[in-house]
Amino acid sequence: MAVQLDARPPVAPAHRTPRPSRVVRLSRFDTRYSPYLYIAPFFLLFGVFGIYPLIYTFWVSLHDWDLLGAEHPFIGFDNYTQLLADPDFWHSVVNTLGIFVISTVPQLLLALWLANLLNRQLRARTTWRMAVLIPNVTSTAAVAIVFAVLFGREFGMINWLLDHVGIAAIDWKANRLAAWTAISTMVDWRWTGYNALIFLAAMQSIPRDLYESASIDGASRSRQFWSITVPLLKPTIVFAVIISTIGGLQLFTEPRLFNSGTNAIRGGPLRESQTVTMYMFENAFAPHYNFGYGSAIAWLLFALIAVVAAINVLLLRRLGGGVKGEN
Amino acid sequence: MATFTRRRLAAVALVATTALLGTAACGGGDDDKSAAGGPVTLTVDVFGQFGYDDLYKEYMASHPNVKIVERGTGSNLDEYSPKLTQWLAAGKGAGDIVAIEEGLLVEYKANPQNFVNLLDHGAADLKGNFLDWKWNQGLTADGKQLIGLGTDVGGMAMCYRKDLFAKAGLPTDRDAVSKLWPTWQDYIKVGEQYKAKNTGTAFLDGATNTFNTILLQAAGNSTGYSYYDTSNNLVVDSNPAVKQAYDTTLDIIDSGLSGKYGSWSEEWVSAFKQSKFATIACPAWMTGVIEGNAGPSAKGKWDIAKIPGNGGNWGGSFLAVPKQGKHQAEAIELAKFLTSAKGQIGAFKAKGPLPSSPQALEDPAIVASTNEYFSGASVGKIFAEGAKSLKPVYMGPKNQAVRTEVENAVRTVELGQRSPEQGWTDAVNNAKKAAAK
Repeated sequence: MAVQLDARPPVAPAHRTPRPSRVVRLSRFDTRYSPYLYIAPFFLLFGVFGIYPLIYTFWVSLHDWDLLGAEHPFIGFDNYTQLLADPDFWHSVVNTLGIFVISTVPQLLLALWLANLLNRQLRARTTWRMAVLIPNVTSTAAVAIVFAVLFGREFGMINWLLDHVGIAAIDWKANRLAAWTAISTMVDWRWTGYNALIFLAAMQSIPRDLYESASIDGASRSRQFWSITVPLLKPTIVFAVIISTIGGLQLFTEPRLFNSGTNAIRGGPLRESQTVTMYMFENAFAPHYNFGYGSAIAWLLFALIAVVAAINVLLLRRLGGGVKGEN
Repeated sequence: MATFTRRRLAAVALVATTALLGTAACGGGDDDKSAAGGPVTLTVDVFGQFGYDDLYKEYMASHPNVKIVERGTGSNLDEYSPKLTQWLAAGKGAGDIVAIEEGLLVEYKANPQNFVNLLDHGAADLKGNFLDWKWNQGLTADGKQLIGLGTDVGGMAMCYRKDLFAKAGLPTDRDAVSKLWPTWQDYIKVGEQYKAKNTGTAFLDGATNTFNTILLQAAGNSTGYSYYDTSNNLVVDSNPAVKQAYDTTLDIIDSGLSGKYGSWSEEWVSAFKQSKFATIACPAWMTGVIEGNAGPSAKGKWDIAKIPGNGGNWGGSFLAVPKQGKHQAEAIELAKFLTSAKGQIGAFKAKGPLPSSPQALEDPAIVASTNEYFSGASVGKIFAEGAKSLKPVYMGPKNQAVRTEVENAVRTVELGQRSPEQGWTDAVNNAKKAAAK
């Protein structure tokens, strides 16, 4: 096995060139460094509004930091150990994951289906495509308030409808699963169209001839969808899942406004719909004003999002592999 | 080639500088124009309804160099207090004068460095203008710093719907109604009579409102403190007043009298509009809330009777001057004006908060005042009578957080999620946990 590994051609002796002119030097400097300057604004802003708060939050989380207090003694990882043993925190994690699952799964499936429909030959296609985005343009606060009224225990329209078909009124705010469902409908209503448009954009880049030849081979529409569209959409689906994970685990406005009245930040008398961000707010601000503890929650939430996003991507890889294997 | 390069370089430089300027601009401060005696703008941060609009106009007319801007009118305390705390913590953003509610004052008093010591600015002379206990509440534990000047107190009464009472065959005249319920047990009995008539409406709005009322009353009449004793030890489970209030509230729940509307929730507001309950415990400031929620169509259908039990105080606020303000001297003057007897009378006339000044409470303008919305009830007399004999309740450092836990425990029992015993265990355990945070 005496293969010569170093198969590079012999280095040519550098030929001496005259010193480049000023213009050439400037132009070289330009092509080499100006791209960094062009992208610098983003990183500057990200540094100021992204990295710095992140590090500062971590610093705060290592202290016993009463928001109003003059002194903030250093306590190491005490906030974290306390937090890991805090049942209310884990309760909020379960709530968040629960709402995330029952909102995101149907949402993405629905968006995929909607995108598939929008991808066909339709009359007034642009209008339909724009229409699916309308819920997303509506203010979250307005949506949450309207839905909170719809899901009212006594004066809500949903219970009124349920009453007509003989189902007893549900106390949407004081029943954990009911509260999750109500909040999920809010999230779905708002984000399905948005994801549908992302899927649609990706679908349009799939070459038509794939479908044509599949049709010739006698593949049905649904078969084409599952065997061509979905596998080729995989990167986009991964993107949508990650974005939904980040958004879903940070859910705040919808559950916060769904619960009204005193102590709404608790998400119901037994914390039925309190998400992690709400628990963070409850601790960092009213009524506890424990900024250190709140910061620790923020960091654990960050870790949680990273873990859930990673799991999602792994699951999707598996899924994609399966579909490919079928072909 | 050369010009092209130069233009590109210029563009790069421009982008970079803009970015830098963009980030730097956030740090720029607004300049202070008052130094030379020029016009001064004073910002007043409030929540709910303080009723100061006419007073501002009057003050601005006599102080042409002062302009007053009020922020936060109508916002609820849950929204207001985190904002105020953030402003104080950040050292920036708070108004020149800030309103602080009684229950939250304790937390701000624990960190007095955020506020101007009003005693350093001649406030000591004003002591006689306030009820003793109201004045003392504004002082720090060592008595060396006065954080805030008292605005109103929360003397209590029971507001009721005359039309619903008539429907249930109960008397509607306010004196007759007052005689129906000298004690809370009597109140429950009346409630049972009311319920027996099946009006399709509840006797009271919800349990937590009533619980707070009974607790503050019971505490005022016995120990003088509620969740914390005066040495700031948490006494939720050992203070008999707390257990007594809890048990009485559970009797009300047991009798099925509550409409189960969570205080300040959307449903609560709708229940007002749709006349879904007949009575609500009303501290003086609540009259404005009732009028706002029930709307003009219910005018004359409401009336005010005495509260069961004996007197009691719920709520009431203070005006403080944060140290971060740039016009402290002017702000202190304005705060003194707004909390003067005259200012308190003006606020009462506008929105109903009951004065904390003994002079104002005796003033014919208050004593003779009636409220048309509440069937012309002599609100001044009803509330002022009780206010002078009020026994204040001491509140400890984490009062708000502890109160939240106990209120929630009551609510879970009300909604049937917990048994009375479980509810009490939750209340005690969660209160301890909250106090330790």
